[in-house]
Amino acid sequence: MLRFLLGRLGLLIPTFIGVTLVSFLFIRMLPGDPAELLAGERGISPERRAEVLRQLGFDKPYWQQYLDYILGIFQGDLGISFVSKKPVLDEFMTLFPATAELALCAIIIAVCVGIPAGIFAAVKRGSIADQAIMGTALVGYSMPIFWWGLLLIIFFSGILGWTPVSGRISLMFFFPQVTGFMLIDSLLSGEKGAFLSAVRHLILPSIVLATIPLAVIARQTRSAMLEVLGEDYVRTARAKGLPPRAVIGLHALRNALIPVVTTIGLQVGVLLAGAILTETIFSWPGVGKWLVDSISRRDYLVVQGGLLLIAGIIMLVNLIVDVLYGLINPRIRHH
Amino acid sequence: MTNTSPATKADTSKLEAESRNATKAQLIEFWYYFSQNKGAVVGLVVFALLVLTAVLAPLIAPHNPDFQYRDSFLVPPFWEEGGKATFILGTDAVGRDILSRLIFGARLSLLVGVMVVTIALTGGIVIGVVAGYMRGSVDTFIMRIMDIILAFPSLLLALVLVAILGPGLINAMIAIAIVLQPHFVRLTRAAVLSERSRDYVVAAKVAGAGHLRLMFKTILPNCLAPLIVQATLSFSNAILDAAALGFLGMGAQPPTPEWGTMLAEAREFILRAWWVVTFPGLAILITVLAINLVGDGLRDALDPKLKRS
Amino acid sequence: MNFQKSLKATLLGASLAVIAASGASAKTLVYCSEGSPEGFDTALYTAGTTFDASSKPLYNRLVEFKRGTTEVIPGLAESWEVSEDGLEYTFNLRKGVKFHTTSFFTPTREFNADDVIFSFERQLKKDNPWHEYTPGTAWEYFNGMSMPDLIKEIVKVDDHTVKFVLNRPEAPMVANLAMDFASIVSAEYAAQLEAAGTKEQMNQQPVGTGPFSFVGYQKDAVIRYAAHPDYWNGKEKIDNLIFAITPDAAVRLQKLKAGECHVMPYPAPADIADIRDDGNLTLMEQQGLNVGYLAYNTKVAPFDKKEVRKALNHAINKQAILDAVFQGSGQAAKNPIPPTMWSYNEAIEDDDYNPELAKEMLAGAGVSDLSMKIWAMPVQRPYNPNARRMAEVIQADFANVGVNVEIVSYEWGEYLSRSKDEARDGAVLLGWTGDNGDPDNFLAVLLGCDGVGGSNRAQWCNDDFEALIQKAKTVTDKGERTKLYEQAQAVFKEEAPWATIAHSVVFMPMSSKVTGYVMDPLGGHWFDGVDIAE
Repeated sequence: MLRFLLGRLGLLIPTFIGVTLVSFLFIRMLPGDPAELLAGERGISPERRAEVLRQLGFDKPYWQQYLDYILGIFQGDLGISFVSKKPVLDEFMTLFPATAELALCAIIIAVCVGIPAGIFAAVKRGSIADQAIMGTALVGYSMPIFWWGLLLIIFFSGILGWTPVSGRISLMFFFPQVTGFMLIDSLLSGEKGAFLSAVRHLILPSIVLATIPLAVIARQTRSAMLEVLGEDYVRTARAKGLPPRAVIGLHALRNALIPVVTTIGLQVGVLLAGAILTETIFSWPGVGKWLVDSISRRDYLVVQGGLLLIAGIIMLVNLIVDVLYGLINPRIRHH
Repeated sequence: MTNTSPATKADTSKLEAESRNATKAQLIEFWYYFSQNKGAVVGLVVFALLVLTAVLAPLIAPHNPDFQYRDSFLVPPFWEEGGKATFILGTDAVGRDILSRLIFGARLSLLVGVMVVTIALTGGIVIGVVAGYMRGSVDTFIMRIMDIILAFPSLLLALVLVAILGPGLINAMIAIAIVLQPHFVRLTRAAVLSERSRDYVVAAKVAGAGHLRLMFKTILPNCLAPLIVQATLSFSNAILDAAALGFLGMGAQPPTPEWGTMLAEAREFILRAWWVVTFPGLAILITVLAINLVGDGLRDALDPKLKRS
Repeated sequence: MNFQKSLKATLLGASLAVIAASGASAKTLVYCSEGSPEGFDTALYTAGTTFDASSKPLYNRLVEFKRGTTEVIPGLAESWEVSEDGLEYTFNLRKGVKFHTTSFFTPTREFNADDVIFSFERQLKKDNPWHEYTPGTAWEYFNGMSMPDLIKEIVKVDDHTVKFVLNRPEAPMVANLAMDFASIVSAEYAAQLEAAGTKEQMNQQPVGTGPFSFVGYQKDAVIRYAAHPDYWNGKEKIDNLIFAITPDAAVRLQKLKAGECHVMPYPAPADIADIRDDGNLTLMEQQGLNVGYLAYNTKVAPFDKKEVRKALNHAINKQAILDAVFQGSGQAAKNPIPPTMWSYNEAIEDDDYNPELAKEMLAGAGVSDLSMKIWAMPVQRPYNPNARRMAEVIQADFANVGVNVEIVSYEWGEYLSRSKDEARDGAVLLGWTGDNGDPDNFLAVLLGCDGVGGSNRAQWCNDDFEALIQKAKTVTDKGERTKLYEQAQAVFKEEAPWATIAHSVVFMPMSSKVTGYVMDPLGGHWFDGVDIAE
């Protein structure tokens, strides 16, 4: 097991170096002019401009800049946002809980609805229910979520007025951030109604973000179940006269879930990409929106550090999934 | 399949006829399985209609998609109060007919799909075959690069790439193709790896077939099935991603009637003019859904394992 | 979250709880702002959104613009004298002004000359330890207003008297000191931060003398302020001020209607009619002190011919632009300065929309099959809510007279720098918002010969025009200056380096419960003097 783990880690190192290189090179290829941007219509003189770039360290040779970047990573220093003048890592840490909370809620919805729906469809294969579930899943899978979000806003916030349009919690509530997760913090604060308010704010964005993973998980569960249900040992169990519920529960499900776990892991990238759109639509103060804004503001070090951190998180989750997969399915380890 | 032994003319023609028959039989079998899936057939019909719409856009569109009717800003669809019969789905903020723009937008979306898949597929196959066939350090190097691309969320990477290349539909296509490429590389490589030790490949090798011939003529045709399925998937993904980029203002630039861009322009009217928001999104959904239905059908028909389960 | 931070946060929460508990009926005003502030040390930035969140609620200046006007009145300086030669400005500072007491700073002294000296010297002097206190500090506005060339030195005469010595006379100097970059920060707080080695906090946890003190900022979400109990001009009627950051205009309106906020800026033009009809909302409006224009490159053929420029001006249907782009929130522009500004020349006649005449004039100038580029800004600005859409309308108009237009755009920073190029290919859409209400701030900056290759995007240098505006700079009599500027506008119209497009009308929707809000002609958003009914 240890060898397996070390092997996986070994694979990650070159990828990680590649990610640092890519994030470093990309922002130096970005056309644009942050100094000019900051000055606006009033303009900036060439001398001032050079001065600003010098302060940001952009006058040094590339190899030196890259070296500084790598050394900084080891010290937990990803540079300073050109706009807010705050350390990139600090900004990320204050915004990431919002994204994580949203993504977690989305994945919980996706798993809690997707897996049962997939199992049900597989068991009732060919029935109207199966067709309805799979049809819906395909629609969800094909959904342009930025449009879906707008539709939900029009309907639930605009017409019905049930849910708030944006933000994480009603402004009435003000309590210290402890975990950064609004659901937990609101409970810790002990303020009446705070938790409910946080839930109401979270519901639409997490539904929007859950849409595609939900569809993928439902489809994957169904086909994995179908495959397993056709295998010999399940047939044997059936032949032995075990009740269908036990067959599904005991034998089929456990084996069917192995590929589903991988699928869930792979959804992390999808979720983070989806978060970019979801956060933009719902004015959700998370890292997705932060990165999009920073790209358009040419806040170079934020884009560089943000890309690195996001890629790092995805790689980490993939590693965890790999290891989990190895744990559930010992056959893999030796390949 | 190479045959080096001297063969008579009759043998050759017989062989050819047989292989033609075999192809025909394969096609018939394929169509049989494909048509079993009613959704796939519906998807195919819708997709065909979309292609037709795109091709015939100038003939079907009731108006010039860029013409601004200065007396008709934000006219609602004809069935709504205040609607005009000539603007079936209403007009946008500068008085352009939405239906005509959607019809012309179909061209762009299909173009995006075709171009992205062509670039990603060609690039992916070449790189994948090379990696799988060469093995060793070349393989490792290529696969690490693919890992790096896959380490970023696709939309984020596409966004940065477009920011580098400059916003626009062509650049969006390039960016999306780059982002989708690794899937093709991985698939091709895996298929090549599993095929290269098969008997027919070894036979061809013994018979003296060159590297290129081995890679692309002998091995590749046998890995096509998963690639076709992946290509369909990528086709719909490309349309979605291009629309998302357009929505974020980084894709096609106005006045191009690209659906995502139309949606982005329409956002400010979300509470006032629902039609400018609703229809472009619906067009995206229908197109992507149709392609995904076809993709499901293709998978069922091409994947022998799922075929009989 | 490390322990220190969470402790700080707890203290913050506790202090607010105290505020909330002290008055059961604490009045809270929520403002749905359009974006996040870049930071809170105003002088580092140039964006209105940042000023709204920093200089306006938190700080004061030596002099202030009287609410709702561009008239200069005493602020932290009670009075001032200008020397005969116009080179020395002496300010007598107000006594008894207290800085904010917050969870992170407790002032031990009142405002005095040291604070003034510090606030300006950190921007002026390269060797000041605060000149470069955080990477990328450009002191943009200070430099943009040519202060480093202008100010020779700043002298502390005594604790309550400060003297600015200039290199040359400058009529708008006092008005310049009312601008956001001239906000007065606390030297004592700066010293404390410097000692603690946390200078960057200056930009994150601000301390000022303004009507509101800083309570907390949750990035991209909420900014909280509390009324300054010891404000020199009297405590505000509202107890808490909250900025709810809501970038989407439709969402802002939705929140306003739902009562989640009380005031919002920048409504979508499309929603104006709807807001007017809503009985629970009040809609204030004011003509913006701005101009949006299309600047031809007068150095590149055939746009070096004024007949061509004039012809194209006749081809533009401004009414269509006002309808499609401004949707009623704008008025057609005929002069390069807005009508609310003194010296606006009413007598000028605008180039009417006349495609036939335009065609004739183009033919007369010997121009046929003209193809050109129009640059459209990638961002929304007060003077142009949607440059792309505007470019599309102009494109259609020009096509009407046989001119083929390609619309191009660049990233905003690049757009600004590329459009300065004297060899630029194409006409550029841009605009300007006034800084201090002086016509010089428009005419000299945007059309003067010095601006060629810079802020003069038409690359236009006309001797007659230049002579007029240079003379107006040195004259002190307002009547005489008015005449000179009126003549300059006539030259401008005749020569047509720009197509003047529009001046925007700024709308402020708010809950009917809000009273005392006054719109700022310079486009800022102020909440001092505002009250809200229970």
